Amino acid sequence: MNLIETDLVIIGGGGAGLRAAIAAAEHAPGLRIALVSKVVPMRSHTVAAEGGAAAVTRDDDTLASHFDDTVSGGDWLCDQDVVEYFVAHCAEEMVQLEHWGCPWSRKPDGHVNVRYFGGMKQQRTWFAADRTGFHILHTMFQTSLRYPSIRRFDEFFCADLIVEDGRVTGVLAIDIGTGDPTVLACGAVILCTGGAGRVYRQNTNAGTVTGEGMGMAYRHGVPLRDIEFMQWHPTALPGTGILITEACRGEGAILVNKDGYRYLQDYGLGPLDPWPRPKAMELGPRDRLSQAFWHEQRKGRTVETPGGPAVHLDLRHLGARKIHERLPLITEAARTFVGIDAVKEPIPVCPAVHYTMGGIPANVRCETPLPGLYAAGECASVGIHGANRLGSNSLAELVVFGKVAGERAAEYALNASRAPVAATTAQAERAMAPLRRLLEGNGERVATLRNAMRDAMEAGVGIYRSEEGLARACEQLAALRRRYAAGVHLDDRNRAYNTEWLTAIELGYMLDVAEAMAHSARARRESRGAHMRLDGFEARDDERFLRHSLAYYGGAAPPRIEHSAVTITRSPPRARVYGGAHDQPVLTP
Amino acid sequence: MTAERTITIECLRYNPETNAEPSYVVYRVPFTDDMSVLEGLQHIKDALDGSLTFRWSCRMAICGSCGMMLNGVPALSCSTFLRDYYPDGLRVEPLTHFPIVRDLVIDQTDFLRKLESVSPQLAPAQPKTIAEGPYRQTPAQMDAYYQYAQCINCLLCYAACPQYGLNSAFTGPAALALLHRYNADSRDDATAERMDVVNADVGVWGCTLVGYCSEVCPKGVDPARAINQNKINSTKDYFLHLLTPRKG
Repeated sequence: MNLIETDLVIIGGGGAGLRAAIAAAEHAPGLRIALVSKVVPMRSHTVAAEGGAAAVTRDDDTLASHFDDTVSGGDWLCDQDVVEYFVAHCAEEMVQLEHWGCPWSRKPDGHVNVRYFGGMKQQRTWFAADRTGFHILHTMFQTSLRYPSIRRFDEFFCADLIVEDGRVTGVLAIDIGTGDPTVLACGAVILCTGGAGRVYRQNTNAGTVTGEGMGMAYRHGVPLRDIEFMQWHPTALPGTGILITEACRGEGAILVNKDGYRYLQDYGLGPLDPWPRPKAMELGPRDRLSQAFWHEQRKGRTVETPGGPAVHLDLRHLGARKIHERLPLITEAARTFVGIDAVKEPIPVCPAVHYTMGGIPANVRCETPLPGLYAAGECASVGIHGANRLGSNSLAELVVFGKVAGERAAEYALNASRAPVAATTAQAERAMAPLRRLLEGNGERVATLRNAMRDAMEAGVGIYRSEEGLARACEQLAALRRRYAAGVHLDDRNRAYNTEWLTAIELGYMLDVAEAMAHSARARRESRGAHMRLDGFEARDDERFLRHSLAYYGGAAPPRIEHSAVTITRSPPRARVYGGAHDQPVLTP
Repeated sequence: MTAERTITIECLRYNPETNAEPSYVVYRVPFTDDMSVLEGLQHIKDALDGSLTFRWSCRMAICGSCGMMLNGVPALSCSTFLRDYYPDGLRVEPLTHFPIVRDLVIDQTDFLRKLESVSPQLAPAQPKTIAEGPYRQTPAQMDAYYQYAQCINCLLCYAACPQYGLNSAFTGPAALALLHRYNADSRDDATAERMDVVNADVGVWGCTLVGYCSEVCPKGVDPARAINQNKINSTKDYFLHLLTPRKG
């Protein structure tokens, strides 16, 4: 067991992790910061975010408007005190990224441009063409190299948290290149490990988005909050799930079914005219658009493609110049992956799992219930997304709360009394033992169990849910957890760069998180945001369920589901409506 | 859906714990027309041989993880398709010019050091505060550096570069393109500080203008052009240096 003594460990080198590292380095010079990531930071999934990041910018926009859009977009399951903090701090973070060099798209006069996004009443999405996440990530990675106190542990796989006397004292990681176990003894840990979309089959997520950060906290008694709220992005390529950004619609693209009909007008998002206008039709929120697709498919109004049923995303009327300037990445993706020239033909698209709204509960200071443990980014449930995240709020979340987590955790680490490293190391040895056994075990192939888990989630915990389907998914997941616990077979028993072993460890965490999702969904007997029930619970039920779900790990048994209060400050719940008459917006030329 | 066919994929295998030398293993992989080379490798790993080791992540040509030699040509395996190698089959090897960690995984630490060496941070002479808001930059000013900001660090250009193959001290295409990205940015004033890297024997003068780097770049970055531009800058700097010697 290698030992690294440090002060602050940040797990994950994506947008939240890098922002946290820089914030901690600036806030507490001299603090030893370990940035641990299973991939080199610029490979992190932030790189694939396309459309943009929200911040109130224009003179005709207000923080109150961004707040209202976010809270209604989340179907009132947001913690409003946190949303208030969030919307007030987005703009300064966008400016900070600009000062670090992020190539935000500009207006002819040299000012930063903003675009429309779904569910947002104003143009407030900062964008770098349609490679926004890529530019944010590379800008922050390169900027982070300035800080000698940030020590990177690239390609170190975090396998467990070390918890002693009720607080986090370290992290067990595997040096992927050698397979050597390493304990990082520290005063505080920030989880920035991203979402868990890979528990589903058809998803927009990178292979790394396997939820083990959530799983680690969960196994140590931290509940997963609102984990049943999974976002289906309405426009992904059928089969592969490759993302076709919402910015297409922000720039004016339309969705039509197999008859060329703009079907969203049938689902509370119309009328068609005037077009384009915010919070209507194709600029509606993602949950509503994905749900509309589900209905269209059942009505037989989708087109068949080799990757499955789809509708058409039509960009043609935008013209070649605008398409190439504003949407180069998805134009390239459409050409490469489905052979479509978006200038000349519509792109076939369908919903795919995209974003995990719930996660590790954290307050506005990014503190989790476990002392010394902080969380930021998609792995966290800081309370801004509620039951449905609005596009462009998540990139903003990474930097706003990455910074908060970095500063707060640095402060905590400076003041934390330190556990003796011998005890921490001994604890890490104990945590390593089952992972070593996994390497030597026998049983089913990782892919067999993983595929069965994905099928169970797609079938039972999909866009629309029912007691029957959820009960079956819960049973299947419990059975899969038993099969996993009995051992898996690995072809690869080496130590150096054994990715099969790592996927087996990931799978264990994924099964736990998937089970928490299914059970939380089953306990939520209402429909809200991205969680839709078909079995008599089709309406939102504020009386019983204007509550966060909390899934507590139950060991070999199923999770225990509890509920906790939602913080309402100034927006009492009301009907969530889109479409209707809005003023004709002025699109930026 | 087109009918399933079978293709042979010959993979370089090397495990430092057990092999003295790399060897090749042939796999027969069923595929459909829409399957990428990466999906072929994933099929091998999931169904045939879980020990085959390779990097991948986003599978949409933006994370830069999955560069490999495909029939001797550096390419991203996620955006290259098996259909294009049928019926002859395909040989997959790790990116050349890098040490092999295992199978198709190369050691990228040398590149990461080089990336760091070019000071890839925006350094304005008079930094603005956050309260002062963003710098102004016209679309024309952005055009001067924008393409060089598109590099995904996939390292295909290093595998393509014969000079890097001969002398790995050469700073190389992607890092020099990144250096140029910051030099060419109207918000940046640190060009002079980066000139030592540019001027070094292993800086831009290490390049012999083969241009293969730009040809293999999956993002159209054109590092060869960036390097050429800096040869001009380096020459200017040299003559300026003769006229006004720098301190130290």
